Amino acid sequence: MADAARRAAERAARDSYGRLLAFLAARTRDVAGAEDALAEAFASALQSWPEQGVPANPDAWLLTVARRRQADAHRRRLTRQAGEGHLTLMREELDEIAMTPDAIPDRRLALMFACAHPHIEPAMRSPLILQTVLGLTAADIGAAFLVPAGTMGQRLVRAKTRIGQMGIGFEIPDAADLPARLDAVLDAIYAAYAKGWTDPAGEDGGQLAEEAIWLGRLVVSLLPDAPEAKGMLALMHYSHARRAARRDAGGAYVPLERQDTALWDLDAIGAAEALLHAASRGGPTGRCQIEAAIQSAHIARRLSGRDNWPAILQLYDILLGMTGSPVVLLNRAAALAAVEGPHAALASLAPLAGDKRMLDYQPYWALRGHLLAETGDRAGAHEALTLAMGLSADPAVRRWLGARRAALQDG
Amino acid sequence: MRYMLLIHHDENDLGDPDRLNEIYAGWAAFNAALAKAAGAAPGERMEPASKATTVRVRDGRTGIVDGPYSDTKEQLGGYFFIEAESLEKAVEWAELCPASKYGAVEIRPIVPPGRDY
Repeated sequence: MADAARRAAERAARDSYGRLLAFLAARTRDVAGAEDALAEAFASALQSWPEQGVPANPDAWLLTVARRRQADAHRRRLTRQAGEGHLTLMREELDEIAMTPDAIPDRRLALMFACAHPHIEPAMRSPLILQTVLGLTAADIGAAFLVPAGTMGQRLVRAKTRIGQMGIGFEIPDAADLPARLDAVLDAIYAAYAKGWTDPAGEDGGQLAEEAIWLGRLVVSLLPDAPEAKGMLALMHYSHARRAARRDAGGAYVPLERQDTALWDLDAIGAAEALLHAASRGGPTGRCQIEAAIQSAHIARRLSGRDNWPAILQLYDILLGMTGSPVVLLNRAAALAAVEGPHAALASLAPLAGDKRMLDYQPYWALRGHLLAETGDRAGAHEALTLAMGLSADPAVRRWLGARRAALQDG
Repeated sequence: MRYMLLIHHDENDLGDPDRLNEIYAGWAAFNAALAKAAGAAPGERMEPASKATTVRVRDGRTGIVDGPYSDTKEQLGGYFFIEAESLEKAVEWAELCPASKYGAVEIRPIVPPGRDY
């Protein structure tokens, strides 16, 4: 319970922080300056709110502390005559919003669009959103993205400088640009979720997955007419619903087909179904909605016991037509194996045989090993499963593949 | 970008002795993956540091010392090369390396050929 209260207080602090940061940065286009202005206030909020409770007006609390700290910094800096213009501007902005802390416009969506702008390197979009909207530290983000904290810090600074230098606007794109630009935002949020989901340790990662879901909810609430945002949130809910079932009591990996459905979170599945339903009424069907529909079909099959692989294969055909992605081709092959058998599935993978990216792509070798084993090609299956083991960072997955490889001798 | 990954470990503490078979299987699978990956080369394992010989030539005189260059608890135990588009990708390889679980894997970018500084 104390833990839940702590999380709620942190949540409130991040909520306020993101809103204030977005507002300041949108006015000045100086993300780093806005972070400086709020940094100490946010740090004291993270410290005191979980202990003393969330203040009645969280935004006003943060603003008061930020203004006090900035006045101090301003006085210190004045004696050195450095960076005065920047500080004065930021202080005036703070003073101005402090007049009406109840009516701070929510510019977080615009901030996310700036962070996922085409001028920003794709790999940095997700870290940038996590830092600016949620206030996560470079060390936390670096740990999640397997990058040393110092390196992540430098890259974040460079990306923020770029927002200012390139004059990237803090605005919601117009209808013509919205779908493509929104895709970039959704991709960035989903990347954070995927990092949390695949994290073998599962603890810090689990938290990152929840942060991503929270960001997904934020986008849906700020952009209620965008079906793809709902599709992506549904997709995250479907995955999250199955979290507890993907490991057994001994920590071993459990594939979807063998998961204990009693461990699935039916509330999360219900929320996902509702979102998917709302999304499909809301307009053109995008990639996230199809992926969510595939998840929905998998869950329905396991819960009802009725074979629906042909429907899943059709959904993958649509997705493949939309994206042409090798990852989709791979997942489609797994569905094809269930409908037409392993030979057809292996034949469908032919276009990937010469693709260098597959050479160190774990899911490719895991699926090949599985399919080759079903065709009775033990030597081929042994090689592919060995490669998949070598490419698995998660010991639970490695052991599971090892057991499949050991079973080749008996089968 | 080409990277050299150096494995440092304590030669007297190479993983859980009860799980040696699993560790060896992990190494075999990891080397198979390296052999397949574009631009990578399987790792080579070194004899213990006690078999090292260190040579220095100063003022025309050769000095030969038994033992490794640096005398620390963790020793250089092996190495491998990879080709990776980013440090993130190199870190993923280091993470896959079984030695990262009981020792440490140091990632060093290789100076590209033709760079003359």
